[in-house]
Amino acid sequence: METVIDIQRLSKSFGNHEVLKDIHFSVNKGEVVCIIGSSGSGKSTLLRCVNLLEKPSGGKIIYHGENILDDKHDIHAYRRRLGMVFQQFNLFNNHNVLGNCVIGQMKVLKRSKEEAEKVALKYLKVVGMDRFVNAKPRQLSGGQKQRVAIARALSMEPDVLLFDEPTSALDPEMVGEVLKVMKELAETGLTMLIVTHEMEFAKEVSDRVVFMDKGVIAEEGSPDQIFNHPTGERTREFLKRTLRAI
Amino acid sequence: MDLSFEWIIKIIETNWPMFLRGAGVTLLIALIGTIFGALIGLLAGIIRTIPIPERGAKKGFLKFINIILSVYIEFFRGTPMIVQAMVIYYGSAAAFGWQMNPIIAGVVIVAINTGAYMAEIVRGGIISVDTGQYEAAQAIGMNHVQTMTHVVMPQVIRNILPATGNQFIINIKDTAVLSVISVTELFFQTKTVAGNNFRYFEAFFIVCIIYFILTYAVTLILRYFERKLDGPDNYIVVGNQAQIEAGEHKGIGQ
Repeated sequence: METVIDIQRLSKSFGNHEVLKDIHFSVNKGEVVCIIGSSGSGKSTLLRCVNLLEKPSGGKIIYHGENILDDKHDIHAYRRRLGMVFQQFNLFNNHNVLGNCVIGQMKVLKRSKEEAEKVALKYLKVVGMDRFVNAKPRQLSGGQKQRVAIARALSMEPDVLLFDEPTSALDPEMVGEVLKVMKELAETGLTMLIVTHEMEFAKEVSDRVVFMDKGVIAEEGSPDQIFNHPTGERTREFLKRTLRAI
Repeated sequence: MDLSFEWIIKIIETNWPMFLRGAGVTLLIALIGTIFGALIGLLAGIIRTIPIPERGAKKGFLKFINIILSVYIEFFRGTPMIVQAMVIYYGSAAAFGWQMNPIIAGVVIVAINTGAYMAEIVRGGIISVDTGQYEAAQAIGMNHVQTMTHVVMPQVIRNILPATGNQFIINIKDTAVLSVISVTELFFQTKTVAGNNFRYFEAFFIVCIIYFILTYAVTLILRYFERKLDGPDNYIVVGNQAQIEAGEHKGIGQ
């Protein structure tokens, strides 16, 4: 199996607060990996370190055989190969739906306007938002915004798509529409790395589940292993707490 | 005792070219002064929001520029424009022997003054753009310049538009103080007209209306631009792809 991203001994501190400690972990091509864990366990920070929105304090991120944390490495070239979907959507407020999906393609990938629009429409159709090309972000519901954000990321045709708690800021009735789109994407063989609180979703969709606790990967394995036969005490405790809440 | 109303008509009839010229000079100085002031403010605001690096020569240089900008902003916000006009106009004559054209001097004073206010407005406009906007642009692979030009600055400009319009209106009124350096703007012309007829109330009543028309027209124009920038309140849900493409040729999506 081809490894897309390989993370070695990654650490991250904010001041003297160590958020990530000695993380080893990799994502293979076509794999759907869910990262679960309680708030403050470092799972979002890990995801943000992967595309360098946070600068790791130490360790290596190997992408296509190169350590992208080397000073000489072009961060922008690396980031354009990674898609990112944020908790707060972060659609560009000054662009309409189509513009959001087109601007990166044109300015970063240097695609022509016609080509970029064609690609954008293709992915807007995938997320069911192709009829809203003219709408501004402020005119959309949370679920619609997040689907556009997914289409924006897909339009860049990334190697991996990162999701940072994509449904946490949504009203409960809108969670379903976003998860449905993500599930469909997972079935197409897209490589996805998802930080989520949706345990049912993680159980159903992922090939591998990573449980994080206090800045380290406490347990890692297949969904069946993690959810039905967890070995770690902390994993068991976390699942007991979250599953009861549901 | 003549009726004031008749005097008003008479003054307009005989002096309208002076009022018109004065209004023209006022608008010219206010407009050019505001545009240059906004540019100065944009530049100063952008520089003041550049994160200062932790070390290196760049840090010292940026700190130095920031101190100069702070002095500029605080000084010009903290002194009356009428005094600044006197100091710059007569100061440049005394120190360098420059005999500045009063209109050019007026534009320079208004621009520098507006720049000081706009610098703070722009800084506020940049700070108010959500960090998520930067992050989304970075995550897509945009570099700093692309992020600023395609995502952040368009939002900043939209954010500061009302304040810039406000500044323009203030400038239309405040150019009146430039009469102290003999700029032939509206107030200066009115003083001349009033002096010729010894009809102070009537002349200034007329100019009062003219100032209001100027500022109100500017308000309406700016509102129109803001609405235009925001686009329609409603969006069109398109039926299928063919319609989207047809729609674009007709310019629906603007």
